[in-house]
Parts: sequence; structure tokens; C-alpha cells
Amino acid sequence: MADAGMLRFHVPEPEVRPGGTPDFSNVPIPKAGSVPRPEIDVDPRTIRDHAFSIIRVLNRNGEAVGPWAGLLSSDELLAGLRHMMTLRTFDARMQMAQRQGKTSFYMQHLGEEAVACAFRKALEPGDMNFPTYRQAGLLIADGYPMVTMMNQIYSNEADPLKGRQLPIMYSSKEHGFFSISGNLATQYIQAVGWAMASAISNDSKIAAAWIGDGSTAESDFHSALVFASTYKAPVVLNVVNNQWAISTFQGIARGGSGTFAARGLGFGIPSLRVDGNDYLAVHAVAKWAAERARSNLGPTLVEYVTYRAGAHSSSDDPSAYRPKTESDAWPLGDPIVRLKNHLIGLGVWSDERHAQAEAEILDTVIAAQKEAESHGTLHAGGKPSTRDMFEGLYAEMPPHLRRQRQQAGV
Amino acid sequence: MPRRTMIEAIRDAMDVSMGRDSKVVVFGEDVGFFGGVFRCTQGLQAKYGKSRCFDAPINESGIVGSAIGMAAYGLKPCVEIQFADYMYPAYDQLTQEAARLRYRSNGDFTCPIVVRMPTGGGIFGGQTHSQSPEALFTHVSGLKTVVPSNPHDAKGLLIAAIEDPDPVIFLEPKRLYNGPFDGHHDRPVTPWSKHELGEVADGHYTVPLGKAAIRRAGSAITVLAYGTMVYVAQAAVEETGIDAEIIDLRTLLPLDLDTIVASVKKTGRCVIVHEATLTSGFGAELSALVQENCFYHLEAPVARVAGWDTPYPHAQEWDYFPGPARVGRALLETMGA
Repeated sequence: MADAGMLRFHVPEPEVRPGGTPDFSNVPIPKAGSVPRPEIDVDPRTIRDHAFSIIRVLNRNGEAVGPWAGLLSSDELLAGLRHMMTLRTFDARMQMAQRQGKTSFYMQHLGEEAVACAFRKALEPGDMNFPTYRQAGLLIADGYPMVTMMNQIYSNEADPLKGRQLPIMYSSKEHGFFSISGNLATQYIQAVGWAMASAISNDSKIAAAWIGDGSTAESDFHSALVFASTYKAPVVLNVVNNQWAISTFQGIARGGSGTFAARGLGFGIPSLRVDGNDYLAVHAVAKWAAERARSNLGPTLVEYVTYRAGAHSSSDDPSAYRPKTESDAWPLGDPIVRLKNHLIGLGVWSDERHAQAEAEILDTVIAAQKEAESHGTLHAGGKPSTRDMFEGLYAEMPPHLRRQRQQAGV
Repeated sequence: MPRRTMIEAIRDAMDVSMGRDSKVVVFGEDVGFFGGVFRCTQGLQAKYGKSRCFDAPINESGIVGSAIGMAAYGLKPCVEIQFADYMYPAYDQLTQEAARLRYRSNGDFTCPIVVRMPTGGGIFGGQTHSQSPEALFTHVSGLKTVVPSNPHDAKGLLIAAIEDPDPVIFLEPKRLYNGPFDGHHDRPVTPWSKHELGEVADGHYTVPLGKAAIRRAGSAITVLAYGTMVYVAQAAVEETGIDAEIIDLRTLLPLDLDTIVASVKKTGRCVIVHEATLTSGFGAELSALVQENCFYHLEAPVARVAGWDTPYPHAQEWDYFPGPARVGRALLETMGA
């Protein structure tokens, strides 16, 4: 028994706080192309290293290299770039609209655009995502109308959710996007249940669960892993590790497990880490996991290593808890810049075309915003009726609610 | 007509529902091969296969959370929480997810699930096998809460709950599983096979949600009760000789207010009885509604008889349980005797 002195209480701390120099030298970044691509029916015990490494396709020169490369055509990659650029522009406009008082709240995706945009392209029609609040890329990449998203953000008269939900808590069954709760981690086990139902029904559809690094500490995350493991549910269990849960660094949720992907190993679930800022890598790993699910091989846990370059939400100020320049120091770079450079290297894109695309996208987003604002914003113009507040709670309104609606004079 | 225990009636309701609709699935702790600790799902796995009736890990939030996902897919899960006392880990999923899914998505996704759970005391179950948490559900917008009191109703209400398009909490008074317990714990209980409400028709029928039943017509006083307390109230009425009207609420939400108001306006007096703790119990809501709707007809203050505001004790079970003596005293006091 060495050191049997007083017990010491341990609270993990990030390497650097405001005022310090950002330092990610403790984040090992494997070379692009260095992590093997196993067969989808691999014995999870033989790929434990995948839970600790990082699968990367794009190297420093913007080339796609290694066994996970080569799945997407130039046209598909150009479309992916456009989706990410659209999401970033959409975010900038909506963030500004929030500052202008046109809505109460907004959450942006800055730096994480590749994760949802690329993942969406690995799914088939009819598959279902159970997203958190930072996966609007799933909608953008699936062609969901931006005007409808904005109508929801503005809670205006055309809001498909009738003003009942916080901004950005979208819902679209048609686009495989489960209603965002705003509650954390609850959707993770629901995704597993949806996948179980698909298997019970001998269907071919799969589910995708989404969670952030911080919320993996919730018990629903562990519930989901137990159920997914036990019933071999056709689900992809996504963990977006963007390093920060509001002001809490990822070490508080991760504890001593090394990585979030490693959580899956004890459940016998193949668990992979992927460069979340690498569109090609995200897509390739998502495709691998989706194929496993669709082939009755069960769940896969995927940790996307990325960085939340923006604030948690419009109510958050990250300069209070991390160095302002930390996002610049993030070693995996910016997903849009990386894909842009890759496409330029392929000879199908250029700085000029990129600038032109940025301008076109801005015009499109502004046009959508104008249309949405013609239906009202949170405090001005058309809005959902007070009557809508009472509707739609039950399929049939019970008598006590009918009485209350009468009391409210609507 | 065949007679069934409440367990057999509940099992029959699931059997009928599973037979009619392949979207109905049943799961929970011990419910698969074994058929549940109270045997309510016995035989269902053998009959419908492991995809339709199966064992779940001991994880209530997982059971309800996965059921919500299944319902969003299009199935109709009817899940069992082994005891209502175990539902707390699932409370987040029930109250913030199941209850609000239709509303928050404006009908894009819905949640037709039934969550069955044995409730109430009288079995020496102590703190963790005796609770009556119905008010924790009636307080939540978006849920429906049902408490049957007999095999006939249990079957019809459970089929109605499974067919309902919204989430239903189905509380099964476990002390009634085998007979109409009236609170006289020192006397033998009449089995359901000798009770008229043990008559349970074969096949499909429903008892509509939101409709109370008058168990005893009377003119002197109205007793509002549900679950086990219906029989305790009957015993108290017989022992006091008061001509009471006993209303078995059957569904707490939506509540059959019309039946309550009509009765209290007729009798002018009201006693509310439940096993759950008094403070902020469902009786408080009932009392407020009676006062709001019947004030000028009332001849006496509305009385409540409920569990004491302590955790459910073990050795002191019969001091805690609101038995016929306490209900009888409340009846006499409210009558002004």
C-alpha cells in the first residue's frame, strides 16, 4: 500500500483557461489514411484501437488518402461543400436576427458543419435521425426548406410547430428528423427504440441517435447502449465531441475513459473515432456504420472529434471560460476550408468559384429570410394564435382543456 | 360469462389487442419468458413470439424511452413497470417526452404508448412496493391516467388505452389483482370468481376512458374513489348505514366531471378517498373542482381521507392504509352526525 495518506478529491481541469495560450499538443492526431477500414462484420474485439485513434481521409495537402477514401464523386463533394456553406451562412443570418430581437434564442454550428451534413448523405430515405439541437445540417443536406426552418425560428404565423417550441427545435418526419426535445439525451434511447421497432417490423430502415460529449454522462446514454447492445438494434450511435458542454470541458463527462468512443467497448459495440471536420471521413464512417445496421449486424458507436468554434447558444459567452483564440489552434482545422482545398486540388473548384458560391448562398439565404419575415417574427407581424396553444396536446381535446380555452377567451 | 381475476383480465386485454393488431408489442422486466412477477403477461411470448413480447433490462427510463421511439416508428407499445414505485427513473421520459411529443411536433410525431404499473398498498410491500403516484401523472399535461377497480373494467379500459392515440398511464391496484379488497385485512377476501364484476367477456370490448361508474346509487352523500378505495368505501357505507352514492372514477384524466357534479348537486355532501398521500394528492384537485362547481349545493365541507403524509411504512401498514374505519368516520362527520 503506497501513499496511504489523506484522500484527495479529484476534479479534472482543461489545459488552458482564458488568458492562457491554447495548447492541443495533448490531442494526438493520427496521419490521414493511417487507420484501417475493417469489414462491416468485424469482431468488435479486434478493432478496439479504433475507439482511441481518429479516422481521417483528408491530409494536410487536401488529398483524400487511405482505405476510407474514394466513396464520393466530385459532384457529391461539391454538393456537400454547398450544404456546409449554406448552414454557416444560415447560422450567421439567424444569429444576427436573434441579436436584432427577431427571435429569442439561436444555436449555431460553427466549425461542426461537416458532421451532420456528411452523415445525412450516408442514410437512405425513410431512415430516422434523433438529433440534438446542433444537427440542422441534417435538414439542410436533405433539402428541407430554409424558409420553413426560419418560420420555426421566428415562431411566426407559418411556423409548422405553431409557436410551441423554442427556436431551432425543428421536427420533420418527412425528412427523417425526429422532433427535437430540448431535453438532453432522452432522444438517444428513443432512437434505439425506433430501431428496435424497425427490426420488430422486419423493415429495412435504420435509426441514428445523436448526443453531445457532455450529455453522454446522462443515464439515458447508458440506457441506449444497453438496449442497443442487448437487442442488436439497427442504429448508429453518434457522439459529437465538440470539446465543450457550455462552459464545461469534455473531461468532466469523459472521466477516465480516454475517449467517448471507448464507452461502447464494454457493451461489445464496435466503436470508432473520426475526424469530425473531415467531410469525407465523416461520410465514410457513417456509411460503414449504416451498412452494418442495415445488414443486421447491430449498432455502431461513432465519436466525431470536432470543436465548437462558436458559443453554445445565443445566451453564451465562451470568452469567460476558454481562450478566445482556442478555435484557431484547433488541430483539425475548419471543415469548409478543408473540403474547399480538396476540391481545388481535384481541379473542380477554385477560390473564385468559392467566392461566387458564397455570394449566391448569401442571396438565397437572405431571400428565404425575407420570405420568412413576411410571415412575421417573434415580436412583430403574423404569429400563431392563442388558440393554437390549447390545440394538439391530445388527439381529442379533453373537457378540462376545452373549459380552460373558453376561460382564456379563445 | 367467464369469470377472471384482474390479472387474467389484464392479460386477456393484451392478448386480444396483440391478436387484433400486429403493431402492439409488450415488454418490461420479467414479462417475457416468465410472464411478469404478477403473471399479467404469462403466455404472451409463447403465443406471439419474442419480437412481440420480451424481457427488458432493469432500466425504466430505457423501457419507456425505447417505447416512445417505437411509437414514433408506428408501433403501439404496452410496457410494464414492475411496480409504480420503480417508475421514477422513467419520469423524465414520461413527462417531458411522451406527454409532449404530439404537442411539440404539432402532430408530426405521436406517442400511443401504454405504461402499465401495479400501484397501491396492502401487500406489506413497504416503501418501494406500495406507492400510489397517480397525482404525479395527472399533474402532467399530455398524459391520461387510468385506475381500474375490477376485472371487467380492467380489460375494457386497457384495450381502450392500447387503442388510444396518446400516452396512457395504467395503474393497476395490486391489492385487487385477486379479489375486491375492502380494507378488512383480517378477513378473507372474496375471490373475483364470486364477484359479479369478475365477469369478463371473451374477445374485444372497451370501457371508454373518461367515464366514471356509479357503484352504489344513494342520496345522502357522494363518495369519490378509485381503485382499491372503491371497496373500502363500500365497506364503510355498509357499516355506517349511510345512503351514499359511490362513484368509481376509473379514469382520473380526462375526468368525468359531469358525473361528479351531478351527484354532489344531488347529495350536497362529498367525501374523497384515496390511498396516496394527502398533500397535493388527486383529492385536492377533486375537492377544488367540487367546491368550484357545487358550492351552493354543499351542506358540509368536502372531506378527504387519504394516506398519511409519510413514506409508506412496513410494520404499520394497517395504521397507514385508509381503511373502512377512517372512511366511516369521515362519512359520519360529513353527515353532521
